[in-house]
Amino acid sequence: MKNPLLEIKNLNVKVDEVAILNGISLAVNAGEVHAVMGPNGSGKSTLAHVLAGREGYEITAGEVLYEGENLLGMSPEERARAGIFLAFQYPVEIPGVTTTYFLKAAVNAVRKHRGLEELDAMEFLSLVKERAKLVDMDQALLNRPINEGFSGGEKKRNEILQMAMLEPRLAILDETDSGLDIDALKIVAQGINALRSPERAIILITHYQRLLNYVVPDYVHVLFGGRIVKSGTKELAFELEQKGYAGIERIAQAGPAAGLP
Amino acid sequence: MEATERLQEGEFVAAELRRFRAGAADNGQGWTRGLREAALERFLERGLPTTKEEDWKYTNVSPLARTPFRPARREESRVAAERLASLGLAWIAENRLVCINGHFAPELSFSEQVPGGVKVASLRTILSRERELGERFLAQYADYQTHPFVALNTAFMQDGVFILIPKGTVLTKPIHLVFLTTRAEHPLVSYPRNLIVLEEHSQAAIVETYGSPEQGVYLTNAVTEVVLGDDAVLDHTKLERESRNAYHFATLQVHQGRGTNFFSHLISTGGSLVRNEVNTVLAGEGAECTLHGLFIGDGTQHVDNRTRIDHVEPHCSSRELYKGILDGASQGVFNGKIYVHPRAVKTDARQTNKNLLLSKDATINTKPQLEIYNNDVKCTHGSTIGQLDAQALFYLRARGLGEEQARSLLTYAFASEIVADVKIERVRLQLENWLLARFREQGSAEARA
Repeated sequence: MKNPLLEIKNLNVKVDEVAILNGISLAVNAGEVHAVMGPNGSGKSTLAHVLAGREGYEITAGEVLYEGENLLGMSPEERARAGIFLAFQYPVEIPGVTTTYFLKAAVNAVRKHRGLEELDAMEFLSLVKERAKLVDMDQALLNRPINEGFSGGEKKRNEILQMAMLEPRLAILDETDSGLDIDALKIVAQGINALRSPERAIILITHYQRLLNYVVPDYVHVLFGGRIVKSGTKELAFELEQKGYAGIERIAQAGPAAGLP
Repeated sequence: MEATERLQEGEFVAAELRRFRAGAADNGQGWTRGLREAALERFLERGLPTTKEEDWKYTNVSPLARTPFRPARREESRVAAERLASLGLAWIAENRLVCINGHFAPELSFSEQVPGGVKVASLRTILSRERELGERFLAQYADYQTHPFVALNTAFMQDGVFILIPKGTVLTKPIHLVFLTTRAEHPLVSYPRNLIVLEEHSQAAIVETYGSPEQGVYLTNAVTEVVLGDDAVLDHTKLERESRNAYHFATLQVHQGRGTNFFSHLISTGGSLVRNEVNTVLAGEGAECTLHGLFIGDGTQHVDNRTRIDHVEPHCSSRELYKGILDGASQGVFNGKIYVHPRAVKTDARQTNKNLLLSKDATINTKPQLEIYNNDVKCTHGSTIGQLDAQALFYLRARGLGEEQARSLLTYAFASEIVADVKIERVRLQLENWLLARFREQGSAEARA
């Protein structure tokens, strides 16, 4: 059997001496879409940040393999170049750097790593024009400083545009649905769906089932107290929506995760 | 006053005095002798400043007094044509007036692109041939009574540029003034002195660049006086790109008439010990000024920026934004004073100083000062000191940018607010290139450390 694209084994993480993740195990294969759901404080964003390489997290046990390699030893830029993409829950505003300049620098950093030629200005512009259509992104926004003065929806669309430009193998979308009205949610979902492919895995981190109406996951995992307490297929998301997270507490207390795919 | 006496007796001042007393400074401008003597006398009374003085608290000038500077002779101030390329002037396509070691260099200068009636000449020419112009404006604004370096410059000034834009004339091409110091056997001192007069309703853009093709030790002590007649508009850019071993002490003194608009862009990146002063007097109703500054230090550079805005008349507005970027063990100073006189009602003044410290050894002293002598004003000021934003760094790295690249990009982003407002496109593009290259170097030094 082929190795999973991403394999998280018994991951334990502390932040400022407080245990946040308590033994997460998860395997994600290329072509799959996994939803990780959970209430506030369950450790969803910590998981996303640890996978992307953010500083400030102490790994106390476990390991993460990406394409069979030790992911946790890599810098954030090495991970990005190797094909990992994190769509930020709160995209950062960077005055003074245009989105176009930033995207070009990012695309070329990744291309260089993959042994591809860097795109020149013309090639880059035609690519960005094409990909911007996926998320219905106004070209004028791209000449503005990164995320500065963008609406919540524009920021999230900008994240999906970056994903489309960087063509990752593993995309982790951290609450990309939060703060979006239904129209913006549809546009973002349409962008994500367009990027589903047999070579690419996607992890959707979300609080609500809403996004999953538009991006249908292959698997759903429920995170609670830093552990995956339940895994299943898309029906699990509906169940959660009906019963709420309160029902999960009982499962969590009952014991370790059951029904892992 | 022991410290003052010691500084006065420094080799540098003593040597200048001997030359002065031998009459070396006359240069056929006999009428300036009285002015020079008065300025020198004033300087000798007060001496070089010490850190005991409030205005000089953070900047110690004693290394100057210990260095035996001497002015360059005209013969040593010619640059061979083949060395021109190394002077880095090629990017300047418009009107260009060049001084080498304080001496005007006609062979490097051209000013064909100014409209008729505009007077552009070396200051020396004006002082010896058009005395009435000189007497009317020279030393009428930059105060040698209170300012030691203005006093020194006034006593010893050699040459510089005189510009007069007549009433109603609009210059479409900027005028570049370039002051270069070359390497000599002994450290050189130069005293550039410029006089820029814009008559009513005239408009111009002027760029002053200070630099050197080499990395020698020298002192530039420059004074530029600007007089703006009613409704005149001046866009002024100063690029301080001196050698990393140089001392640079310069004052830009502006006098603004009614309804004038003055925009100052100061970009200071070179020198080992630098003091940039920009002072403007809003002396007519409805005058406006914008003072922008960007100062960058690394290694052991010390960059002191002082501004003073005098709101003398009603309905004037001033906007000030100075940004400092300090790396290595460099030291930055921002000292900005806004003085609102009793008559200046409806004053609208805003001052901001933002600083980015890129290393733990870099320091900044920031001192905004508001002195307000009437109640009908709107004045705000503020200053910030910060590091590169960790979240922004992570964001860029999470998209594949290397740490060095991410750091230099964010540093550039901090500077870009000032650069973006530089109106002359050629200057702005040149600046972008210089700054990106500089921050890349700093970024890699950081990564090596």
